[in-house]
Amino acid sequence: MIETFFNIGILAQAWPIILAGLGNTLLLSLLVVPLGLGGGMLLALLSTLRNPWIRWPLIAWVDFFRAFPPLVLLIFLYAGLPFAGLELGGFTCVGIAFFLNTGAYYGEVLRAGIESVAQGQVEAARSTGLSRGQALVWVVLPQAVRAVMPDLLSNTLEVVKLTSLASVVALPELLFQARQAQSLTYNPTPIVAAAVVYFLLLWPVVRLLSRLENRAIAGRG
Amino acid sequence: MAEPIVRATALHKHFGALHVLKGVDLQVAERELVFIIGPSGSGKSTLLRCLNRLETPESGSVVVDGIDLLDRRTDLNHARQRIGMVFQSFNLYPHMTALGNVTLALRKMAGKSRAAADAAGMAALERVGLADRAGHRPGQLSGGQQQRVAIARAIALEPRVMLFDEPTSALDPELVGSVLAVMRALRESGMTMVVVSHEMGFARAAADRVVFMDDGMIVEQGRPAEIFETPSQARTQAFISQIQRH
Repeated sequence: MIETFFNIGILAQAWPIILAGLGNTLLLSLLVVPLGLGGGMLLALLSTLRNPWIRWPLIAWVDFFRAFPPLVLLIFLYAGLPFAGLELGGFTCVGIAFFLNTGAYYGEVLRAGIESVAQGQVEAARSTGLSRGQALVWVVLPQAVRAVMPDLLSNTLEVVKLTSLASVVALPELLFQARQAQSLTYNPTPIVAAAVVYFLLLWPVVRLLSRLENRAIAGRG
Repeated sequence: MAEPIVRATALHKHFGALHVLKGVDLQVAERELVFIIGPSGSGKSTLLRCLNRLETPESGSVVVDGIDLLDRRTDLNHARQRIGMVFQSFNLYPHMTALGNVTLALRKMAGKSRAAADAAGMAALERVGLADRAGHRPGQLSGGQQQRVAIARAIALEPRVMLFDEPTSALDPELVGSVLAVMRALRESGMTMVVVSHEMGFARAAADRVVFMDDGMIVEQGRPAEIFETPSQARTQAFISQIQRH
């Protein structure tokens, strides 16, 4: 058992490969989290406009990309679009897929946050002469983000885990590298190592999230 | 009478099928304190909110300090700096300190530097007796203190007119006095004020004129003693005797 799953010799051999994968996973996360947040913020801000010509297409957009499995989306971009003569690199495909998928999720979270801010806040800001945009930036958004911080964090956790999807388009992130090492060494230890690395990477975030959620519950009581 | 600082003429406003303002005229002279009373749903808050265009009437005109608020060319944000407003539920920004609340518009809108805004903000907090609470968040202040910070937020912009929308209705009775004291001081400094409130004692002591509204119209208006003791309209009489029973 230990020889098979926790082989120290193989771990030593595979470690540099896994470490490179970890580096790429972190880089990928640093790309897709801001991309998703930015997309989500855009969607959330658009949803504050009451114009039905914006509202309904927006709802359709968000519903579609929340229902569409991100793996299918990624494979479609990577393996489907070339049939239409559009060949995007793996990296670009991952960027677009995450922008569309996680943007829709972040957008819903941020929209809920914006809607949770009392209308009186905007009225107070406008009554002092602040413009609609200034009221949004200085009064509404800080409160909105604070209100949904646990959800944003939880969503971010999911996004970092989802970066493992990039392995299907041969992006050398943590999972892909571990699979490479596994086939090179013909031993599953690198996969176990990758799992441990994922856990160590995300567990602090999970702890932080629990603390935030507990505080939110305590604050409500 | 000199040119009034607030001149609202023939205001009409609907909320859906509800006709909440049915041709209301209101003029307020400089340094005057006008009290608006009336049963809930009479349109008094809507009238007040038309005076800084938080509500837009469908017809009529609102001119404040010479600025036509219904003119499309009017820079509303600029105009609103001359019209302070205090809300029933304070509406302080919970994520900012008292000083932050008071200085936000000074910095972002009036274009003051942080130092200048802080100085003006501290002076405004001083006027409401809360300079020592400048670093507190709204959640750390009592309701009365929060409302006084809200007043400081409005007066820091040096408005020409102050609008009060039931400023003491959300307060515990023992905290009402501190807010009324600040309003009285403001009154004595010569501020023009329009107050929607049922604080009869304050109205008697401080108001120049009491306006009674019912069903979207001004039923009658006059000196506090006239309205409270010898109202000419039956509706006014009924309303006054009803609230005096409490």
